[in-house]
Amino acid sequence: MTIQFNKESFRGDYTFHNSDWAIQRFPFPFHEDSYMYSVNMEQHRGGPEGSVYEKRFDVDEHYVSEMHDRALVLAEDPLRCQSLPHMTLAGWDLLELIMVAKSEDYPELFELHRNGDTWRWVNKPMEIDDTFTFLDETTLPYGPMEYITRQAQGDWCVLDQRDDMLWMDAGMVTTQADWSLDFDIGMNFFEWHAPVPLAHEMGIFKRALKFLLNIQQGAPARRLNWTMTVNPLLDTSPENYHKWGVQKTTLTPKNIGAKQHLRVELQTFFRLPRSNALVFPIRCYLIAFQDLVTIPKWGRRLHRVIRDLPDELATYKGFIANRPMMLDYLSRYDDGLATSPGVWPDLEIEPELQK
Amino acid sequence: MSRFTFPDSIASRPVYGTLEPKQGKAHLMIADAEGAEALLDLGMHNPDIFKNSHVIFIPKDTGQTYIGSLADLDPEQFYVGPSYDASVPRIRRVLSGAHMGLQVYLAGTEGLIGQAQNEAMQAGIPHTAIQSEHRGSVARRMQCVHCKGITEDVTTDPFVCSHCGLNLFVRDHYSRRLAAFQGVRVDAEDPGNIPVPVELYS
Repeated sequence: MTIQFNKESFRGDYTFHNSDWAIQRFPFPFHEDSYMYSVNMEQHRGGPEGSVYEKRFDVDEHYVSEMHDRALVLAEDPLRCQSLPHMTLAGWDLLELIMVAKSEDYPELFELHRNGDTWRWVNKPMEIDDTFTFLDETTLPYGPMEYITRQAQGDWCVLDQRDDMLWMDAGMVTTQADWSLDFDIGMNFFEWHAPVPLAHEMGIFKRALKFLLNIQQGAPARRLNWTMTVNPLLDTSPENYHKWGVQKTTLTPKNIGAKQHLRVELQTFFRLPRSNALVFPIRCYLIAFQDLVTIPKWGRRLHRVIRDLPDELATYKGFIANRPMMLDYLSRYDDGLATSPGVWPDLEIEPELQK
Repeated sequence: MSRFTFPDSIASRPVYGTLEPKQGKAHLMIADAEGAEALLDLGMHNPDIFKNSHVIFIPKDTGQTYIGSLADLDPEQFYVGPSYDASVPRIRRVLSGAHMGLQVYLAGTEGLIGQAQNEAMQAGIPHTAIQSEHRGSVARRMQCVHCKGITEDVTTDPFVCSHCGLNLFVRDHYSRRLAAFQGVRVDAEDPGNIPVPVELYS
């Protein structure tokens, strides 16, 4: 299909919106009516046609506007993209991975022509047509990681692997759920996850690390994570928290359906061939409550998940103060009927709301 | 007593040990204020290692208290500096000329330990090979996550960023690269509602 790219903003007037297509393919993260941490990894080898899991790096209607938002963030704060000196080769690995995947998966949007080390990259949605020499930084306007991740949705963490550990040694991070690359760069896996409550004690990170250290080339993995965001704000960074934090207080029973967004991260993990680094794209999808509840199963389930979530998690995810108002709203979409297992909308089998 | 036992915390928060003598061709010891006591304790049982030691000491508000006793350890080189910043060129010069087998010992405040550790790491010494012992003040070196400015010797939570003036709360999240803890605006979701500052660990 041909994607119609939205002209929309993720700040100021917040004109971001999801089409019916985007709503139905939204990566709803709850496979049952409750939530607790788990090492919810699975192979990333495609998925149902049209789903966000189908391609290696999903491109959707928000692509062009998200890349514009990224450019705005970087102009304000260049520290959002950093690469420690030993990570340049991994940057080239990443550039190759993204260019090959996008040109193969979306040939109508992207083209890669390789003639030895001379590569021509065509990005039609962003009107880019560049020729450069692979592995020669002087032939690109930015370092290889920055160049390609200015053209790829989601955040990108490039993790060095040494001493049986992963190290956050490079990244492009402008659509993050309240963590700072500038602060965390150089940390190991346990250190950058240090502020997460409960999961350490549950052994989640030890098991996840073991899994990630063993990811092989050509066998990527994926998982979902989620939080809540008031307004469709991609850049919920600690750097700007003193500006956006106050937006949480603007929720009212009247505007909550439009303003409150479920924020879902599709996290994938790919081994890189030359550097043996692991790239960890974190792709952010936003959906307004009022759009989400148009899928009856999701409306029922989200109410139950938010209602029963432990206080520590609601605090860590930053919505403990707004939870009662969220529940008032969501309870209107929960008629108590059973929900089908799994994350899919199941529009054909799930009954309409019975109230 | 200059020792303080830090409560258990998150995985990024540094933990400190007790300095022990290590086999080495040379020993670089950097301490501030009550950190001198850790070197004196080390010297009490292991006077020999000071023959090949370079001691860099920043007294801070301890004045003359420890200088005489440290000199009595008879280190090969002994430097007393007016501030950590003033000692940095010297530390870098020593590290740049160091050979395999240099042992590094750090003692005193978290700010001193973190910054000196960072210098040693940049010289190629893994952080796990650097010994450190906390002594004295529990003041912290804080980075404002908003303006990126560093405020030294923070003793209360919340505190005022010395660069941008925001009121920041003190996190335990710590960056070795920045040698600083993270400070985040305390009243971001309720501007003007700033809790009364309390002493750290009080």
